Amino acid sequence: MDTQTLIYIFVGLSFSLYIGIAIWSRAGSTKEFYVAGGGVNPVVNGMATAADWMSAASFISMAGIIAFSGYDGSVYLMGWTGGYVMLALLLAPYLRKFGQFTVPDFIGTRYYSKTARVVAVICLIFISFTYIAGQMRGVGIVFSRFLDVPITMGVIIGMGIVFFYAVLGGMKGITYTQVAQYCVLIFAYMVPAFFISFLVTGNPIPQLGLGSTVNDGSGLYVLQKLDLVLQDMGFGAYTDGSKSMIDVFCITAALMVGTAGLPHVIVRFFTVPKASDARKSAGWALIFIALLYTTAPAVGAFARINFIETVDQTEYAKAPAWFKNWENNDLIAFYDKNGDGVMQLSSGDAFKGSPSYADTTGTAGQRMVTNPPNEDSTNEVYVDRDIMVLANPEIANLPGWVIALVAAGGLAAALSTAAGLLLVISSSISHDLLKSTFRPQITEKGELLAARIAATAAIVVAGYLGIYPPGWVAQVVAFAFGLAAASLFPAIFMGIFSKSMNKEGAIAGMVSGLVFTFSYIAYFKLVAPDANVAANWLFGISPEGIGVVGMILNFAIAIAVSKMTDSPPVEVRKLIDSIRVPRGAGDAAAH
Amino acid sequence: MTDNDPSVPEPNDSGPEPDTETNANEKAYWSENLRLLWSLMAIWFVVSFGAGILFRDFLDQFSLGGYPLGFWFAQQGSIYVFVLLIFYYTWKMKKIERKYDLDD
Repeated sequence: MDTQTLIYIFVGLSFSLYIGIAIWSRAGSTKEFYVAGGGVNPVVNGMATAADWMSAASFISMAGIIAFSGYDGSVYLMGWTGGYVMLALLLAPYLRKFGQFTVPDFIGTRYYSKTARVVAVICLIFISFTYIAGQMRGVGIVFSRFLDVPITMGVIIGMGIVFFYAVLGGMKGITYTQVAQYCVLIFAYMVPAFFISFLVTGNPIPQLGLGSTVNDGSGLYVLQKLDLVLQDMGFGAYTDGSKSMIDVFCITAALMVGTAGLPHVIVRFFTVPKASDARKSAGWALIFIALLYTTAPAVGAFARINFIETVDQTEYAKAPAWFKNWENNDLIAFYDKNGDGVMQLSSGDAFKGSPSYADTTGTAGQRMVTNPPNEDSTNEVYVDRDIMVLANPEIANLPGWVIALVAAGGLAAALSTAAGLLLVISSSISHDLLKSTFRPQITEKGELLAARIAATAAIVVAGYLGIYPPGWVAQVVAFAFGLAAASLFPAIFMGIFSKSMNKEGAIAGMVSGLVFTFSYIAYFKLVAPDANVAANWLFGISPEGIGVVGMILNFAIAIAVSKMTDSPPVEVRKLIDSIRVPRGAGDAAAH
Repeated sequence: MTDNDPSVPEPNDSGPEPDTETNANEKAYWSENLRLLWSLMAIWFVVSFGAGILFRDFLDQFSLGGYPLGFWFAQQGSIYVFVLLIFYYTWKMKKIERKYDLDD
């Protein structure tokens, strides 16, 4: 059977599985729609959280980013896992004990304020839409690369699938589909990783392979060899980064705190039966996540070695088939600067910007681009970092079914995250804005209907953003983490650990953290992108890491304002006492 | 629209005040939790921000197989420690909760 048929079969099978699960687990009540009835086993929830968390970016892009940034890629590895320690120790069990449906629920109740609740809803919607646009785009890209349908069609098919199980099943449907999606995506990630690790080092376990010697008789360790090869070509050493220490520190911290403050992750811990289950569930989630996250740096390093060895100093005419496949998919371009028909790799960009292809081919048969060449570098090959995962099976000459598996895995990663995000958007609208703020008299049935309508509307908006991605989407992923770190995390944290934090302090803190972080990122990413260099940054902190400063500002202003205003009422102090002890979570959930 | 959130429970004056013993018990439980929590967060900080970032250059003199040690902490080791921290906390908290008779 040819690879294309296998891809159709794998993707088709995985989609029918998701739809089958959705029909089996329809939601009948708002509690089932928002928190899957609150009875999900902690290990199952851990697996669903892992799928919820690992997006198209984790699956498709992360290994490639690490491959091309070496040590600097560590910010993602530590940042996107360390947040789970904060969740398990500082937030999840208390929020579960609190026992309502959404993050704004907690903020509105703890700070006895509709204003606080609405501020939280605004933060949540902004964070979630930024994130979801990227997922729909990921769905479109996988469809167009592997299934040969236009990106628009791919996004529409993806929307249809998510619509089916998110709108019908709510959190209940999403939870069980995410479990299936985790299995698909982790299998799809690990199989090629075992193969390529075995190929490069003789050790099939990627985590050990990355610390082993290369299988080429040189006796060099993988990382030593990468350092040498890259330095020869004019790059910095793989194990050294190019970012400053303060920037690495701040980006890691912003990603960690941001992870702990992301509503679609927090809300998963509302679905387990008990407060102690929330802790356990965070531990399982991190195990399932760590499996992929400790594999990614190995995949990145091996793919980089393989790529350089296959491409550098190779005549274009003799380039392997995958090189031309991905060139046809616009992810690779060869700009023959010295006209010798041989591909030379070195540091620096081959040409300016991302490739815009002309209809003509060059003397060696390569697709020509109209971009002006970058004369400062002798590099002749443009390569999109995403292919480090997508093309890995082809680069390593793996069988067709492995390629089909990667296609199904990429779709599972994008769809599971999109569904989780849609759910928090719809529940914040139907539950926090309608039921708790503007239409308290709405019936249970009416609220459930509103939740489904809101989810449908959110899917349409997300799909639109996926088909017509505004230029800023890729630029502002930093927003999601930075804003979560600077707005929601401090409010939730102080809500649990401080009895004296009041509504004035919390609102002032959230608003100032949000405004500061938003303005800083917007200035450097949208208003004045040319000024986005270290010399202009505050304390040398890039927009990706500025969320930490926003978080400190939030804490400082909240504490200062709360000292000058009335302390919270006695019933709120009682509420804090009750969420701090695990006993009685069942009662709290029955409210 | 007033700013009062309707879902805040009304103060319940009819119920009995929690006796001081329960209060002391919950206080002791909370401070034991906080002690454990902050020691584990300190380890969390040391393995990631410490070993993986601040002291990476120093640790890179040593190696673990083919990994420079600081690099290993940044891309592998910190993640393993994170997992252990959460499971240790889960296990230890269960014991503390039983000790104070506050488990769920």
